[in-house]
Amino acid sequence: MPIAEELAKKQRQISIAEFFERNKQILGFDSLTRALITCVKEAVDNSLDACEEAGILPDIFIKIEEHGDEYKIIVEDNGPGIIKSQIPHVFGRLLYGSRFHYLKQSRGQQGIGISAAVLYSQLTTGKPAIITSKIGEGFPAHKIELFIDTKRNFPRIVREEMVHWKKRSGTKIELFIKGKYVKNRKQSVYEYLKSTAIVNPHAFIKFIEPDGNEIIFERASNKLPKQPKEIKPHPYGIELGTLLKMIKETKTQKLSSFLAKEFSSVSLQKAREIVKISGLNDKSPQEINIEEAKKLLEAFKKVKIIAPPTDCLSPIGEALIKKGLRKETMQLSPEFISTDTRQPSVFSGIPFMVETGIVYGGNLPKEERVEILRFANRVPLLYQEGDCVITEAIKNIDWRRYGLEQKGGKGLPYGPAIILVHVASINIPFTSESKEAIAHVEEIEKEIRLSLQQCARKMRAHLSKKAKKEKAKNKFLLISKILPELARKSAEIVGKPIPSIDDVITQIMNIVWIDDDIINKDGIAESKIRIINYKRKPQKFILYAEIPSKEKIIEVFPKPIEIKEKVIKWDVDLKPTEKAEFHFKIEDEFDENNLYVLGIDPINVVGAEKWEGEE
Amino acid sequence: MTALKELKKIAEKIYEDLAKSKIPSIKIPVRAKSNIIFDEGYRVWKYGEQKTTRSAVSLAGAYMLLRTIYTIDFIKEMIEKNKTSTLRELYYISEGWGEAKFNSQDESDKLAEDLEILTKKLREDFKLRPEEDGARIMGDIVIEEVTRKGEKRRIHCQDDVGDTGYGIPYNVEKEKIRFIEVNADKVIAVETGGMFDRLVENRFDEKSNSILVHLKGQPARSTRRFIKRLNEELNLPVIVFTDGDPWSYRIYASIAYGAIKTAHISEYLATPSAQFLGVTPSDILNYDLPSDALTQEDINALKAELSDPRFQDDFWINEIKLQLEIKKKAEQQALAKYGLDYVTDVYLPEKLAEMGYDA
Repeated sequence: MPIAEELAKKQRQISIAEFFERNKQILGFDSLTRALITCVKEAVDNSLDACEEAGILPDIFIKIEEHGDEYKIIVEDNGPGIIKSQIPHVFGRLLYGSRFHYLKQSRGQQGIGISAAVLYSQLTTGKPAIITSKIGEGFPAHKIELFIDTKRNFPRIVREEMVHWKKRSGTKIELFIKGKYVKNRKQSVYEYLKSTAIVNPHAFIKFIEPDGNEIIFERASNKLPKQPKEIKPHPYGIELGTLLKMIKETKTQKLSSFLAKEFSSVSLQKAREIVKISGLNDKSPQEINIEEAKKLLEAFKKVKIIAPPTDCLSPIGEALIKKGLRKETMQLSPEFISTDTRQPSVFSGIPFMVETGIVYGGNLPKEERVEILRFANRVPLLYQEGDCVITEAIKNIDWRRYGLEQKGGKGLPYGPAIILVHVASINIPFTSESKEAIAHVEEIEKEIRLSLQQCARKMRAHLSKKAKKEKAKNKFLLISKILPELARKSAEIVGKPIPSIDDVITQIMNIVWIDDDIINKDGIAESKIRIINYKRKPQKFILYAEIPSKEKIIEVFPKPIEIKEKVIKWDVDLKPTEKAEFHFKIEDEFDENNLYVLGIDPINVVGAEKWEGEE
Repeated sequence: MTALKELKKIAEKIYEDLAKSKIPSIKIPVRAKSNIIFDEGYRVWKYGEQKTTRSAVSLAGAYMLLRTIYTIDFIKEMIEKNKTSTLRELYYISEGWGEAKFNSQDESDKLAEDLEILTKKLREDFKLRPEEDGARIMGDIVIEEVTRKGEKRRIHCQDDVGDTGYGIPYNVEKEKIRFIEVNADKVIAVETGGMFDRLVENRFDEKSNSILVHLKGQPARSTRRFIKRLNEELNLPVIVFTDGDPWSYRIYASIAYGAIKTAHISEYLATPSAQFLGVTPSDILNYDLPSDALTQEDINALKAELSDPRFQDDFWINEIKLQLEIKKKAEQQALAKYGLDYVTDVYLPEKLAEMGYDA
């Protein structure tokens, strides 16, 4: 965190206000519109983090009021609250509470923090921030009005009182700022909250706009995300400044025990090896100077150290991304949503993981550039899209192969799609302190690309299946409606009995027709598969239906040959024009059947692919 | 054989195909420029041997057959109940036919023509009539028309009519209209209403002893049939006077040679001896007429006419090529440049004399 360090260093030399003024852009306050969004974002991110840490399903309330040429921002949560003595430090000191040497996937590592919003507020309106917090039933709520003393980077309380607050616990912040409220733009409070709702389906968010318009983002899941774990830094990802700080603060007596204790993936044996290679004595860490620390860093690179543990990360998960996307794109009635979650991976000793989703079709605009939703640790990234590794990765995929338009197979694709990418990490490598774009790290780019390709493959499979079905549907209409009508009416005119048309149907169709649908209700999905033999001869083959997992099956009918972990196997034996129905129920969300056949030329089948797996 | 029997034969074919487990289909001549041939006997252009098959193997083909069956059933009902309907009514009635409903009137009009081709009957036999009225005529001829009350009424097409002339009914067959007496010695068919009215006002029907017929653009079947009867039964020569653009040449062609759409009844509608008077591209130059530039559609239409078998003679090839060269077109009324009487005092007499008629 070079800028943070710089900031810390310069604190004594220049006033914090001056520093802020000079670095408005990298801090995310460079325009009136952006400043307002950043203030809301800092407060909401804090609230979500606090709720999750305390195991509370977040209820977040946001209100923006217009007061002359100022805006009042109110953000309130139902989190655990903050004890009175800590309130001034959390809101009234820049960079308070950053613990450099313990790393954890959190929203809070993004943005300079809520205190920057407090500072912006007092610099633009001269008004104090008002914080109300309550830590639980039976405790009073404290309401504190404070400024930041910009010379000392220290809170200055101007008023405090105990108030009655009906809430069980929670925190509320009220800020007056100079800003600009915009609507119908990608970079707006509304879009930020909508995106937040997509990747935080466990949150309930209520938002009141300056014109009084009320927007509610409902909770789609009652499950809190898995709490990410704190981990120690890994030698591959450490920077000199951090290393020096750690050396200063450690209580260990020897260099080797310092390495083994304060770093992840370093055993005592490995620590001794590092010390040996560095050419230093295994002395007390406190005695290490800058030059020696650099040697230590060199030594890290020369030693093979196992990757850091990756279970410290908390992904959103495919099912929840799908839920979130479905909920927030409902009015567009998209045709298909595919998602993918990659296994955790590591760059420079820092664990990270990538999740993606693609929403396709429905009322999404067909001629426009696809919409990109970027997220880092569940926080939407609204600015600097062009500088972000996510955008880069999307550009490097040939989307034409997956049914989207793309000029020359490069650049951002066009078509009715929304692409979502979430990068989770204990330390997201942002391009700047405003934390709106992820830096070009090769490992991250590759993971994003692989994940999106996986999503896109599912999308392509869906599209080609759909095109085939469409064609077959026409034939089906022909034989199920037009032909019987033709027989009935011609018989009526000539005054003879209606002829049987079965033979003609088999001649026209000359295929085995497979048709399916799924009804999702109360967490149970019922899948029905109908097969009609429109060949002129009897057909005998095996039908495979993919399932999420064997344990979730509730009912299967008729009796299958076998239910494997991921597939149900049935025998099918049909005379010409004979029909059969197969169905199963599962206790899971289930959108699309994947059907396969074996023992019949797939050319003769509409609605299923050739089975390529083991029999 | 009656129209009803012929229509039933189509239904029988479809029924028998189904009963014999064959995919039902019907064959019909290709109705396009590529499939019209000159009939030496009648001296008109008719459909050739190319046939297309409408088969239920495709969804579009199956829809066609179903619509055909429903239309046959509808006609059968009309014949049995002694009713008639307009082509537009046929289109609207199909709204109640479920899957067999027509998507546009163009489709139902075309199907009515298909049935004429398949049965060798006229749509009048199917009790279907067009909604457009026939054109107007003015000239020294006495016509006897059977009115809707069943009375025979004689009409002198100058003395018994107003300035708008006598309106041709949609049925111009002998049971409806007979020619009683004629003193005019030729027929001049005029494309636009404005020019027809100009000639009437200038009393050109009297001065040139002609029967003036207003074509109203692309002439209705009844107008063409009426002209043919004047030509065939009364031996009156037919002269066509239109605007000078590719679309007007097609109007002439449909009168003289038959239209591609109705090539199955060309011998019944076309007047092979009809002559084109103008406005020709040469007239644009010779009379220095006010003109408009050809549009791209005009040019495409002219080029298409160069490959249209109906225009393959020296006169047309030369005139069309000339027009493509000068890239100009002119309306009949452009002659007003020289005064309102110029067309009747100078242009038409000169042109008629050129063609060997007294004006």
